[in-house]
Amino acid sequence: MVVALRPADVDLVTELADASLANPVMTASGCAASGQELQQFFDVAELGAVVTKSIMRDARSGRATPRMAETPSGMLNSIGLQGPGINAFLARDLPWLLQHDARPIVSIAGSSLGEYAELARRVGNTPGVAAIEVNISCPNVEDRGLVFACDPVQAGRVLSVVRRDTARGVPVFAKLSPDVTSIVDIARSVVEAGADGLVLINTLLGLDIDLATMRPRLGGVTGGLSGPAIRPVALRAVWQVANALPGIPLIGVGGIRTGVDALEFLVAGASAVQVGTAIFNDPHAPVRVLAELRTELAAHGFARARDAVGFANRSAARGVLV
Amino acid sequence: MVSTEAMVGRGAVQVDGEVLSNKRVGVYHHLTLVADGIAERTKPGNFVALSVGGATSAHLLRRAFSIYRVRPAGVYGGTVEVVFAAHGPGTQWLADRQPHDAVNVVGPLGRPFALPKEPVACALVGGGYGSAPLFALAEKLRERSCGAHMVLGAATESRLFGALEAKRAAQSVTVTTEDGSVGIKGLVTDPLPGLIARHSIDVVYSCGPMGMLSAVTRVATAHGAWSQTAVEESMACGIGVCMTCVLPVIGDDGVTKMVRSCVEGPVFAGDKVRWDDIGTIPAGTFGAPGMGGH
Repeated sequence: MVVALRPADVDLVTELADASLANPVMTASGCAASGQELQQFFDVAELGAVVTKSIMRDARSGRATPRMAETPSGMLNSIGLQGPGINAFLARDLPWLLQHDARPIVSIAGSSLGEYAELARRVGNTPGVAAIEVNISCPNVEDRGLVFACDPVQAGRVLSVVRRDTARGVPVFAKLSPDVTSIVDIARSVVEAGADGLVLINTLLGLDIDLATMRPRLGGVTGGLSGPAIRPVALRAVWQVANALPGIPLIGVGGIRTGVDALEFLVAGASAVQVGTAIFNDPHAPVRVLAELRTELAAHGFARARDAVGFANRSAARGVLV
Repeated sequence: MVSTEAMVGRGAVQVDGEVLSNKRVGVYHHLTLVADGIAERTKPGNFVALSVGGATSAHLLRRAFSIYRVRPAGVYGGTVEVVFAAHGPGTQWLADRQPHDAVNVVGPLGRPFALPKEPVACALVGGGYGSAPLFALAEKLRERSCGAHMVLGAATESRLFGALEAKRAAQSVTVTTEDGSVGIKGLVTDPLPGLIARHSIDVVYSCGPMGMLSAVTRVATAHGAWSQTAVEESMACGIGVCMTCVLPVIGDDGVTKMVRSCVEGPVFAGDKVRWDDIGTIPAGTFGAPGMGGH
């Protein structure tokens, strides 16, 4: 007779290269600021990690409003990486996260290789940083404004300098854009350049038109699509990359709203997941997803979260239907 | 008068509210929710963010509404009341709620109206259902022995909210409609200079459309009065994480910053808001292109 697993007995620890996290649920970059705003709803220390809004070297005003449009099961955003810059982040936001026992994964974004290197040197050598997430969905001012994430060579160069300038033992994850012909090619390039793992996926580029004005609704014209609308795209990316690059730690992100969604990403090959747009709908979403994931793991007979990671890939490889 | 330091982590709660009543008032809807923990924390000018469509809704973004009224726990538990117009699928869903239906509530959110320390005379100017938060404000002002003079305006009579209640809440009430269906034919800014002069008004509070807030601020400033404006920017989260509801506001250091209306606002000193530049990144803004940003 099979003894039912109790949710409380599930081991949620997950390994991401050199980082070991208490559980596989994180916030997604740009959906949780630097954690402070969520602390009134739940203790950010309960999460596997808090992924910060992307930090840039200099202060940025971001783009003009409107910056947001609601779309079916999702939204478009065109924030333009508004932020106070690295100095303010290191002086104020990172210390807050550490004082509150959060595991900070710091997202960095640059507009040149030099900026990425400088951010890596400063963030990647600050004690307490659990990992670096590299947002490469930015225009490269040194290459006609082409987005790093869309070119395997440029994407590889960014990861190469960030890995070089980040302290050993601090994993570096590349966050990839799905707006490419082959996400596997980009994944392979950044891993060869030194990325310790991958975050899949960033938003998809979208557009909304306001018929009252007959113009694009967003101030920035196009925007990044997020929310449950993109979840199957994200799951597909995790699945493809997990199959192509076995053993590379993956973090799944895109439209995760429930523990069921999170478990789908784990069994498709992700070692951890990030909750993003769902926070706008439910400020408790990250801890709710964590609790639901625990229940789902138990219900599906996984005593350890890491046993679920890639389960569907292995089943498919064996040709076994479960 | 008000600093631009964000009101982060002030202790908003998220609760499953239950509809107590949902009534038509003119063209608007007056929704009363039983939602414990909101009333005790609410100050005039705070808002709530309501989810729409239920737990699997395709409309993910919360709708933000100024709090009209709160009552602490009694027979029904604590309640919170909002007034809104149904102008899209989300607000229409709220308009269709029946007693006992569930609506998830996050609040109270945002920076409330700053109150005068001295017993000065105040004008409270509301456009359409923007008058909703002004009644609780009038009560607070009267507790401080401040005069409260209300000016309510709308395009037409059915778009006014609370004109009768204003007579109880305020020392004087002036009504304007653009079509002259009731009160003075014109805009709220038409009778405002006379009102400010007649009652030696020191603070002008306002809530309503951006154009109205801008015009009210101009009149207040020209007549030497402080202005406190509750802005209406579209928001995705209401709690300070999404960075969509920004507008250009001049800080205490004189530098314009793109600030979040959900945590730095929704109430701003009117003379600090760059009304004519909303929807742009004005030159010289902190982090603007050419300022070392972008």
